Amino acid sequence: MSAVTTHHDAHGHEVPYEVQLRSNRLGLWLFCFSEVFLFLALLVARFYLWGNTRPELSQVLGLLTTSILLVSSFFMNRAETAIAHGDRKTFLNGLLITALLGTLFFVGVVVMEWNVFGLELELFGVEWFGHLRPTDGVFGGVFFAMTGMHALHVLSGIVFILIVWANGRKGHFSPERHWGVEACAIYWHYVDVVWVFFYPALYLIGHVA
Amino acid sequence: MKALWYFLTSSFTRGLIGQAIFTAIGMTFVNAIRSVMGLEANAEPGVVFGALLGVFGFLLGAGVLTDWIKWIFGKETPLRHGPPQGKPEWTRYLNVDYNHKVIGIQYGYTSLLVLLVGGLFALIFRIELAQPGMTLLTNDQYNTLFSAHGIVMITAMLLGVGAMVNYLVPLMIGAADMAFPRLNAFSYWVGIPAVVLILAGMVVGGWDTGWVGYAPLTFRAPLGVQLFLLGFYVNGFSSIAGSINLIVTVATMRAKGMTLFRMPIFVWAAIAAAIIQMTATQTVGVALLMNVTERAIGLSFFNPANGGDPLLYQHLFWFYSHPVVYLFILPGLGVISELLPVFSRKPLFGYKWIALSSLGIALVGFLVWAHHMFVAGLDNSLRIPFMISTLFVAVPTGVKFFSWVGTIWEGKISLETPMLFVLGAISVFLIGGVTGPILGTIPTDMHLHDTYWVVGHFHATMFGGFIFPFFAAIYYWYPKITGRMYKESLGKLHFWLMVPGFWVMSLGQMATGIMGMRRRIADYDPALGVQNIHVLITLAAFVIGWSVLIMVYNLVSSARSQELADPNPWRSRSPEWQIPSPVPEFNYDVPFEVVGDPYDYGLSGVAYIRMAPASGD
Repeated sequence: MSAVTTHHDAHGHEVPYEVQLRSNRLGLWLFCFSEVFLFLALLVARFYLWGNTRPELSQVLGLLTTSILLVSSFFMNRAETAIAHGDRKTFLNGLLITALLGTLFFVGVVVMEWNVFGLELELFGVEWFGHLRPTDGVFGGVFFAMTGMHALHVLSGIVFILIVWANGRKGHFSPERHWGVEACAIYWHYVDVVWVFFYPALYLIGHVA
Repeated sequence: MKALWYFLTSSFTRGLIGQAIFTAIGMTFVNAIRSVMGLEANAEPGVVFGALLGVFGFLLGAGVLTDWIKWIFGKETPLRHGPPQGKPEWTRYLNVDYNHKVIGIQYGYTSLLVLLVGGLFALIFRIELAQPGMTLLTNDQYNTLFSAHGIVMITAMLLGVGAMVNYLVPLMIGAADMAFPRLNAFSYWVGIPAVVLILAGMVVGGWDTGWVGYAPLTFRAPLGVQLFLLGFYVNGFSSIAGSINLIVTVATMRAKGMTLFRMPIFVWAAIAAAIIQMTATQTVGVALLMNVTERAIGLSFFNPANGGDPLLYQHLFWFYSHPVVYLFILPGLGVISELLPVFSRKPLFGYKWIALSSLGIALVGFLVWAHHMFVAGLDNSLRIPFMISTLFVAVPTGVKFFSWVGTIWEGKISLETPMLFVLGAISVFLIGGVTGPILGTIPTDMHLHDTYWVVGHFHATMFGGFIFPFFAAIYYWYPKITGRMYKESLGKLHFWLMVPGFWVMSLGQMATGIMGMRRRIADYDPALGVQNIHVLITLAAFVIGWSVLIMVYNLVSSARSQELADPNPWRSRSPEWQIPSPVPEFNYDVPFEVVGDPYDYGLSGVAYIRMAPASGD
């Protein structure tokens, strides 16, 4: 069965860069919109199961990780603006700083808040490693589900940034053509904004049960 | 011999090998870590991680990720076009290919294969139900078979929707391909390991939760439930990627002059379905993942013993799984609206109303999910609003029915096989439609909940809304896809076996339901007096099964032997019929321009499209 006849001329059918860029942008924003439902479902689970209560968590640690993530978005933006103006050095540095801050956030959540290594440290009157276990009823379940799903996105964002950085070092991307950088920036800001909703839902809303 | 070699080196085989290897690696990895950490023996985390890694292994082995991996290392990869060099044409359909028509056909034959598998499951447990007492199966086998029948058929329908929108939408809007051809290939290929997971779940103990996988029942089910949940979950990737691709394609790649209200009506239906797929799939993904993790590593969400709430699962699950039935029927109803004017030689009655009713069904569909939970302990303040919103679904659906009647009215109807299936679809969907409000109102639902009435209603909506229109679409576009005409006599035989067969099956199911037959139960009391009807249902199911096999034979044999088809055998005005069959690699050699309305059949001097002269580049 031959359902598609062959054709002689493939070149006349390449999609122009501007058209593809328009499609790429719309596609990424639709992906973000799609992911809204993922994070909304997790928020629904939080309010359904926790109601007006929340587990006891280290406020200092939460505020610190949140601040680090918010600041990282500034450097992401700086990197994107820099490549748009052809400033490759600021661009590459901005990416590295963003990835570093993202990694700090990741460590703050997974190593310190989750306390995967079972550590203990008290400094300045603050407990720096969390006590909540994944099996601690619905508090543990929802907390690990929400932070875990978000951390997965942060981790993929860091990988994305490092790929863009490595390719940028090889001389890819130009002020005219840097969709890869733009996509990476949009994704990173998006993951950042998600945390802006998750942080109060986990750390601030409701009274400690 | 050569053919066997091509099969063994195809993306399909390489993917399966990759899935097996990576599943083994994943399981070993997790179990090694667990033993190093000194945790107690628990196979499930390893199975879950292995299953997910196996999906990655499939994609890697099949070669879906090759271009993207090259991008990561900064290599540009021009899109591969055309048939494979030095290999026969048919190998294209077993390998990763980026042409939307090839991917559409891949979706199509996979859908039919999966449909046959799901149908076979149904036939097996129908034999069991033909008489009271356990005759053929054990309870566990019965439970696994009906559960697998549900999810396998849903996968088949998702693949069928993919087949129709992938093949048709770029052709209808005048695009050379989808907006993201590689993502398109990913959407198709990621569905295969998902089906493998579901079928594998039947082997490792099966499961008894139905396709809904309600917690906390899932926590007591055998290991198979874990693979079922993961297969269901992985299928979501296919849905989300495919729907985003489709919306972007329609938004950015329409032909010149094709305003929204001059698109072929099927494109509207495809968009409405894609909106559901793009959003709601995420919530069921969360529900399934919670289910998986609660079972595997003891996070608490749904088990009341640990402070969880089973109703939360049902909310998250039905927020997807009710709209998902609209996602199946919308493209189906789109096919009905697309074909009726062609075979009635009249303009489509109320084009804008049909277009907007598709969006209406999609949007109202998001507000009705809790009607599945009327007897689950839902608060009264929620039950009444959900009853009212559920009944609202009848409004946009009714718009479609009236428009179809208006289109056929006084038309010059010709009854070829596609038109027969469209009319059959309308009759069956009507049965499904009028039996719905009875379930949507709380008092009657309390009586009929979990009976065969629900089974009858659901099968009527799915057959009328998807299966019949899907078959109509297959017959209608078959000459476009292959360039050859199917055997009309066999097509008519298929129809005249399947429609009465289905009526008997569906009405029989409803009758047993009213008489007290419960669903998801392997056995029944002879005193219920339902055995004769059960025998009839089983016989009807076999008639339907045979009729589908006749179609498969027709499709396969006609592709080789039948005479070449006329380029436009149905005298359609749609753009895809104005070019040669099979369609050239890049669809339109000359871009067309839309200059009129799409469905002005029977009017003189009006054109829909004009093939524009090639522009200067």
